[in-house]
Amino acid sequence: MPMPERVHSYSVQRTADLEIVEKPVGAVRRLYENGTARKILLLILLALIWEGYARWLDNPLLVPTLSATSAALLESTRSGELPRAVAYTLLLLAKGYLAGLGLAALLTAFASLSRIGADLLETLTSMFNPLPSIALLPLALIWFGLGDASIIFVLVHAVLWAVALNTHAGFRAISPTLRMVGQNYGLSAAGYITRILIPGAFPSILTGLKVGWAFAWRTLIAAELVFGVSSGSGGIGWYIFEHKNQLLIPNVFAGLLTVILFGLFVEHVIFRTIEDRTVRRWGMQT
Amino acid sequence: MSSSPSAPLLVVEGVTLQYRTPSHVVTATHRVSFGVTRSDRFVILGPSGCGKSTMLKAVAGFVKPVEGRIVLNGTTVDRPGPDRVVVFQEFDQLLPWKTVKDNIMFALTASGRLRRTEAEERARQYIEKVRLTEFAGSFPHTLSGGMKQRVAIARAMAMEPEILLMDEPFAALDALTRSRMQDELLQLWEDTRSTILFVTHSISEAIRIGTRILLLSAHPGRVKAEIDSTGEDSADAAGRRLSERIHHLLFDQEQVHADA
Repeated sequence: MPMPERVHSYSVQRTADLEIVEKPVGAVRRLYENGTARKILLLILLALIWEGYARWLDNPLLVPTLSATSAALLESTRSGELPRAVAYTLLLLAKGYLAGLGLAALLTAFASLSRIGADLLETLTSMFNPLPSIALLPLALIWFGLGDASIIFVLVHAVLWAVALNTHAGFRAISPTLRMVGQNYGLSAAGYITRILIPGAFPSILTGLKVGWAFAWRTLIAAELVFGVSSGSGGIGWYIFEHKNQLLIPNVFAGLLTVILFGLFVEHVIFRTIEDRTVRRWGMQT
Repeated sequence: MSSSPSAPLLVVEGVTLQYRTPSHVVTATHRVSFGVTRSDRFVILGPSGCGKSTMLKAVAGFVKPVEGRIVLNGTTVDRPGPDRVVVFQEFDQLLPWKTVKDNIMFALTASGRLRRTEAEERARQYIEKVRLTEFAGSFPHTLSGGMKQRVAIARAMAMEPEILLMDEPFAALDALTRSRMQDELLQLWEDTRSTILFVTHSISEAIRIGTRILLLSAHPGRVKAEIDSTGEDSADAAGRRLSERIHHLLFDQEQVHADA
């Protein structure tokens, strides 16, 4: 039996007939949709609450006002005291961080070469990772005496495990296909490591660097606070400690603010920039 | 060893391949022999488990035969090398941290084939051949699956290897893209006359791509037959079409599987 032919007809409305195709949203709505704007708004609100509460409390020994803290921050910066402390801390951080990275590279290389090496890395990491680095400071003081060496030792401990473990995990996660591609084009052993393994593991390496940095920064400030008791010169931790002893609480707050600001800067500017230029650009974000 | 024009470029002689799982040693192929002549489009066809991919990896030098030998151009294959470039099935064969052009240049410079400036020129040529010129500066994660495979093919062909090894390169693509890629590969071949060793589990793909088709049985892989193809699924004197004959040869005494 022949099917009757059916003709569908659609009336397509032209774009011009539609009332709204695109319409800009209001300025307030757009501001609210912007994450940075929202956060800045929150910060202003928090600053106002701080200032208001401190004024109401009227006890600069407990909570100095935001304006007093800012004044102390400016004054310490102008006198060069705070910049000196920051520079001291950063130099120490750089030494410890780099030494930690170097050791992590060695350990990862060893772990990548043999199964025993990998087992060693995993065992050591699971042992030392739960141990807060600062807990090693008393021991470090006995071994290395009062001085930068002790703090660097503690920093190395803070950086080493996070970086080595993540890098090793990153190497292992590189797909067999990518490995075969590297071998296929006749790369030398060194070329294979620098042109396939390291970029291939870069998302994990970056995670390790970030975690290592976070550990190191917190450990360093804490170590300086403890260390400050027994040493005459020092970094930001020492700056905070010293001003607490002098009951210059606005300066204590200024020191804490500096620690926060610098931490934010490294995490949200430096590491974010590196991410944007590498893993995000490559679509390799984990 | 002399290599007269008629002598095969690639000789695979009685090759047995095994691989190890944590609990077993599995024999992938058993005493497989074949020869590939220059400018052949040689297809290895077989069901899953016939060891065709393992065979390709052995020719590439990633897997060592436990028996027999593989000889390319008079030299025994014993390690991977840029004279036998592989195009894999997986999309992640492109280096995600390099653009399309840099991926191709990486291959050319890493292997020491060309210096930077020459590599750049060669990369440009081959990107044009696969019609990706406007994507030369794009990173792989922004490309579609078919485009990624085209980059991988361009990268491999730019090396101008003795033999191009293709391990089910279109298997992860949708049917339409797959069919278009097969046509493009044939066009590229008309251009370059590269020798191609192509592995697939699809009978229709084998007929379309291959000038010669090697049929392997499964568990372990053994040679069932070697047949010529014109690219058409034409009927023989007895009226049986090539695809039916292949199907019959592959699944003769076994349970009949539907070709995917």
